[in-house]
Amino acid sequence: MNEDRASSAEQSPLHASRRNFIKGVIAAGAVASSASYLFRSTSLLGQQTAGAGTADRLVTLNINGQDRRVDVLPQDTLAMVLRYKVGLTGTKLGCDRAECGACTVLVDDVPRYSCSVLARSVRGKKIVTIEGLASADGTLHPVQRGVVDEQGFQCAFCMPGFVMAATGYLKVNPNPTRQELAHGVSGNLCRCQDYDKILTALMRGAENMRRM
Amino acid sequence: MADKLIGQNYTTPDLIAKVTGKAKYAEDFRVDGMLFAKLLLSPMPHARVKRINLSAALAMPGVKAILTADDLPAPADSITDAGVVIKANLFGEQALTNEPKYYGEPILAVAAVDELTAANAIEKIEIDFEPLPFNVDPVQSLRPGAPNPRTQGTAWVQPPPPPPGQPAGAPPLPRIEAIKWTDSEFADYQEGRLPKGKGTLEWSYGDVEAGFKQAALVMDETFVTPNTHNQPLETRSAMAYWQNGKLYLHGSTQSTIQTVPAVARWVGIDPKNVVVIGEYCGGAFGSKVSGAISMAIPALLSKKTNAPVMMRISREEEHYIGRVRTGFHGRMKVGFAADGRITALEMNVVGDNGPYEQAGDVPASGRMVSLLYQPGAMRFSGIAIVTNTSPRGPQSQPGGMQGIMLMEHVVSKAARKLGIDQVVIRRLNAPEGKATFGPANARGQRPNATSAFIKQALDRGVDQFNWEQRKAESGKRNGSKVRGVGVAVSVYSGGSVGFDGLFVIKPDGRVMVQSGIGNLGTESTFDCQRVTAEMLDVPWEKVDITWGNTSKNLPWSCISGGSQTIHAMTRAAHAAASDGIRKLKEIAAKTLGGKPEDYTVARERVSGNGRSMTLAQAAQKAIEFGGAYDGHEVPKNISIYTKASATALAGQGLMGVARDDYPHNGQTHSFVAGFAEVEVDVETGKYHVLDYLAVGDVGTVIHPHSLGGQLLGRSMLGIGHIIGQKDVFDQRYGVPLAVRFYQNRPPTILDAPQKMSWDAVNLPDPETPVGAKGIGEPPVGAGACAVMNALSAALGDDIFRRAPITLDVILTSLEAGHPVGEPLTAHI
Repeated sequence: MNEDRASSAEQSPLHASRRNFIKGVIAAGAVASSASYLFRSTSLLGQQTAGAGTADRLVTLNINGQDRRVDVLPQDTLAMVLRYKVGLTGTKLGCDRAECGACTVLVDDVPRYSCSVLARSVRGKKIVTIEGLASADGTLHPVQRGVVDEQGFQCAFCMPGFVMAATGYLKVNPNPTRQELAHGVSGNLCRCQDYDKILTALMRGAENMRRM
Repeated sequence: MADKLIGQNYTTPDLIAKVTGKAKYAEDFRVDGMLFAKLLLSPMPHARVKRINLSAALAMPGVKAILTADDLPAPADSITDAGVVIKANLFGEQALTNEPKYYGEPILAVAAVDELTAANAIEKIEIDFEPLPFNVDPVQSLRPGAPNPRTQGTAWVQPPPPPPGQPAGAPPLPRIEAIKWTDSEFADYQEGRLPKGKGTLEWSYGDVEAGFKQAALVMDETFVTPNTHNQPLETRSAMAYWQNGKLYLHGSTQSTIQTVPAVARWVGIDPKNVVVIGEYCGGAFGSKVSGAISMAIPALLSKKTNAPVMMRISREEEHYIGRVRTGFHGRMKVGFAADGRITALEMNVVGDNGPYEQAGDVPASGRMVSLLYQPGAMRFSGIAIVTNTSPRGPQSQPGGMQGIMLMEHVVSKAARKLGIDQVVIRRLNAPEGKATFGPANARGQRPNATSAFIKQALDRGVDQFNWEQRKAESGKRNGSKVRGVGVAVSVYSGGSVGFDGLFVIKPDGRVMVQSGIGNLGTESTFDCQRVTAEMLDVPWEKVDITWGNTSKNLPWSCISGGSQTIHAMTRAAHAAASDGIRKLKEIAAKTLGGKPEDYTVARERVSGNGRSMTLAQAAQKAIEFGGAYDGHEVPKNISIYTKASATALAGQGLMGVARDDYPHNGQTHSFVAGFAEVEVDVETGKYHVLDYLAVGDVGTVIHPHSLGGQLLGRSMLGIGHIIGQKDVFDQRYGVPLAVRFYQNRPPTILDAPQKMSWDAVNLPDPETPVGAKGIGEPPVGAGACAVMNALSAALGDDIFRRAPITLDVILTSLEAGHPVGEPLTAHI
């Protein structure tokens, strides 16, 4: 199968919508609404797992500029693959249901909730996580620099999501007003900080980007 | 203090790790062979487990163990650092239960090779429940004949302390009693007023009846505050493993060293055998003060399976087990003199306590109202009712926010009736200096604050907010829009005393500071240590801070909650630095001649009499001299935890270690004045906060960036209580209906005020050597109530009688001309 075709949601036989995926998980058996976050970490005791036979389990994902061969089951979300199979734990899970944005990563420069993207659907695309923003020599990305200089967050569990959402938004609109940038990151929740300070930090990041 | 570091911004040592994704929170740790746990949650609000059959689940491939309530250790007594034994509460919460008392309460947990297997195993478990009576509405529970939420009754009752003369030991345990109010007391309910039955906590001072007689205006208002979930972005996931008989627990916790005894108690082991790793905590707001009781589950499953166990808590599970602020039903009868002075106050509150331990909200509410408004006479009656809803816990400004909201609602109305400016009436009643508050103690003395500069905060806010000019426009309609300005005052306790500081000056001249403070993003873990560097006059770049792992020899520190830290731990840092400076001077005198008092410590040197040595040289000498200088002898009055840590670090350099035993006259409180402007569209009911200003009385400012984050971050948390955050229960089935973010609606960036700013009075508290007070709590009430008061300024007094104030409430009440909606039903 062509990688590009496989990554196209409508055409891929591997594609499972978020809704069907969740229905499947619930059918697989969870009680009292504890359904989110379920995942299969390994092939269980050598059993055949769902999806085997329809495609190779090993797929190639381009993450932070590197091609990574990863064992991905059809139901694996990008967030779970990043966190549990690639070891990139900077991407956080705050809700696992596309409500809080803590898991935001860039997929071909577009901010996406990685909890709600099936990993197999992003083969052939460029995935960037919070770990991929700074340069190899440790120089921070301008948005990260803005966050550090303004101390924009408190607990910072939501910070990777905000930084990725802002970075993606600024690629489209490099010179936003505060209100525009607020809309750009309005899919991200913070509970500690006042959003005003976050916005100040991200606006500083935007300014840093324009100066580059 | 020299103020080279104190009061200056700097980059905290954790920030780069946070912004690059390298910071590890509880669920970011991995151990080889790690199993995963899933919970079986109660599908009923109150039930008894009659039968469990685990055999089919245990037979499944990949299932390693199942933990039930029967596997838990019995509730254990605890011993405070001072040696006082706190008896175990046999009716308190446990990590798992055979008698679930709320929908979603964990009953058992399965450990398996992966989560899907664990969840499949849970489906295979046969479990029979016997439904028991339940009640999710605290006031309705008090009706004669109403079902009791607990088999023992409705309310916690605290037995009186032993009479004077008897030995004062541990406080007697509270018990649950079946308290009911009478039908005649409930007559008020039909009128939308909170019944005034007997409370379980009652006190008074002054002549309340005389105060009402003197009053020119007496208001009697019932108001309901929301039950709100703490909802930290990071859930209470935890991972545990055992090595050589020691438990290693990776968890999300506000405090670090203080989590050790809590985990030991929940797991049933000696604190010596607990290592807590919590380098970063993804928010908590009081819901993870010393970790979470659910941490016992992976710990015990790990012991049972002899393998590491990760228990990830989902967002919905966090909603059930993740702690809730006690909602209040309150009734305030307040007498005002013609000039606005409060002559008498009668405060009746019913707190929604959830099913377990007595929350501190009800007692705190009366004390805070008493301090903030200084009524001439006051009578308080409170009762905390157990309900079959999620467990309560502290949430920023617990009890204070609710009490202040009840009162602010009344003060705003009264000012309008009396024709007094909203700032003037609050300033007139505000405390100053060593103001007294609350009930008298057994010796007949009323406690007092250490300092109060709320009047200065109000004055500064009036200038910065341009209050007079904006007030002139308040309430004027422009098309379908009307603006309103509001002010609110707020207070909470701002620090404790008696903790330890610990550091070592190494022979290379670097200072290794040990921090037992949790790292929940307020940065106090690091900010408090600025005091050490400032006093030793060492550049910040030469300070290395160790935090977040109790195997790394940390001192006993306060809990990182209740705004204690910046007060308690700057005191401890000051004590340790003073100890270090004393030792440096002694070493200089011994080495270079003269007396210790001839020497001063500055610019990384100890100098005097024209002679001088570097701190590095002094550290080397400390190792040679040994004894107390390098930690081989430690002070007698420090905690056993600090003793163990100091002893482990002995011989590495010059040790500064001491307990804060500075004098402290009064109880430390910090204050905030909040100012808000709102714009309401009266045709849609939609409103927006245009501008918000918080001015804090926080004592000395230690780190402006952190302080600004606390002042406005907690204000935002408060504003959420007004603009829409709440929980909702199906009263008939006792089932929560708002269990996700999109249902219970914490504020988003689009809900935030268009402009936010802060300032601090920056007057040192006279009762603490560094002058700093904690500020995590009072901004909550200031933010919430400034917006609430701005709404009533815009719309008048007949719109709302409970919070949150949503657009449907505004629209329907505007149309009806009086507050519409259920006045007293809980959780709607």
